[in-house]
Amino acid sequence: MKQTKQNSSAAVPVMDAEAIRRALRRVAHEIIERNPQLEKVVLAGIPSRGVEIARRIASFVHQIEKIDIETGVIDVAMHRDDVGTRRELPVVRASKLPFPLEGRTVVIVDDVLYTGRTVRAAMDAINSFGRPARIQLAVLVDRGHRELPIRPDYVGKNLPTASGEQLQVRLQETDNKPDAVWLERE
Amino acid sequence: MTTRWTRKDLLGLRELSVDEINFVLETADAFKQVGTREIKKVPALRGKTLVNFFVEPSTRTRTSFELAAFRLSADVINISATASSLTKGETLKDTARNLEALHADILVLRHSSAGAPQFLANRLKASVINAGDGAHEHPTQALLDLYTIRERRGKIAGLHVAIIGDILFSRVARSNIFGLLKLGARVTLVGPSTLVPREFEKLGVEVSYKIDDVLPKADVVNLLRIQHERQRREYFPGLGEYIRLFGLTKERAKLLKPDCLIMHPGPINRGVEIDSEVADGLQSVILDQVTNGLAVRMAVLYLCGGIAA
Repeated sequence: MKQTKQNSSAAVPVMDAEAIRRALRRVAHEIIERNPQLEKVVLAGIPSRGVEIARRIASFVHQIEKIDIETGVIDVAMHRDDVGTRRELPVVRASKLPFPLEGRTVVIVDDVLYTGRTVRAAMDAINSFGRPARIQLAVLVDRGHRELPIRPDYVGKNLPTASGEQLQVRLQETDNKPDAVWLERE
Repeated sequence: MTTRWTRKDLLGLRELSVDEINFVLETADAFKQVGTREIKKVPALRGKTLVNFFVEPSTRTRTSFELAAFRLSADVINISATASSLTKGETLKDTARNLEALHADILVLRHSSAGAPQFLANRLKASVINAGDGAHEHPTQALLDLYTIRERRGKIAGLHVAIIGDILFSRVARSNIFGLLKLGARVTLVGPSTLVPREFEKLGVEVSYKIDDVLPKADVVNLLRIQHERQRREYFPGLGEYIRLFGLTKERAKLLKPDCLIMHPGPINRGVEIDSEVADGLQSVILDQVTNGLAVRMAVLYLCGGIAA
């Protein structure tokens, strides 16, 4: 799902650092517009890049509105539906949602939206913490090919892809290299 | 974390690499968090069947595995048997056949014979988790001890750990020694010479028969239970003698550094290896060990039982 090796011969650039910055700033604006009670919003990032993207969105919200919205981490590995079918297990990380979710709006944040299975697992995980008023979804890139009835509320970039292509996201904080999004063709 | 878990079985700490041990501990961090949620259950092992097969009785370890399995949504069957009623070889072969017939995915085995889990692991498609075999290993106990030390002290490398008591008959001691040494701790074994033979020095640990010399230098003391129900008389003269020479009494506990952790795998014999006041004192992490045992066992079941067979 998220690999970092870059095959330079067939790599097609999709977003550079500036495009990512503008996209996330726009997502922050949309979150502000859609949620008049901004203090009720919680950004729950899916490790590892979703956590960083949530942090950046929160920092844009702070710049724009001077309000600090809470952020947390929602790990989905132990809620996936494919445990026992993979030779390699997803690494599980601790979730951190250290506040009651009742009455809150939880915005799930991830880098790429693809089949929707990760988001389903994230919703399942959030419900084990409590019952939020609503759950929304923010992604940096929506690449299509949904396998579940899931649709994002905030999208940095819509990018129609072929299922054989691999969409790669790299962020300075998680990958130690400049921000970039690119497509790799098989 | 770059390591990946590829083992279907957990038989002992001796064969685990440093990376694998750390990987289990980090995975346990994630599962410890699940215990603080409103709904303390995740679907990770939904549809899997776990068999707790305890040929030797143990309520504590069995319950911990059982609860860990429930929290991972696995189905659990408990089978207990008396080792004396069947000969060993037949028991294990029959066990293997029965478990295959039940389509068990994970077998948690406690057995009085060292090597019994290995024997079954070699013959079963199911994951085999060693819950204590003879005087050989008790890997999940050592992992939860390592987890507790790491949680309280932030690291294990460089710490001086004293393991006190019946080392000779203790699988907990063996698994702890392997784990602690791999992670860079210094280990001193303390107890009567009959129960702590010098041979242990070959493993890379120190041996001392004078508890009062060791206590002031220790960062962790792990007190092992005197298994007086199993003990043959010749190993030490009596409990009174043991308490006088090796018991962690209230007086003796004053020798400890203020930040020294006091551990015990339980069940504790109050007034034998440890005084009540000490067991319930601020330095005691005995109940943390119980809580962490659940997280560590969830991690082990998830890792061994979660990979495709």
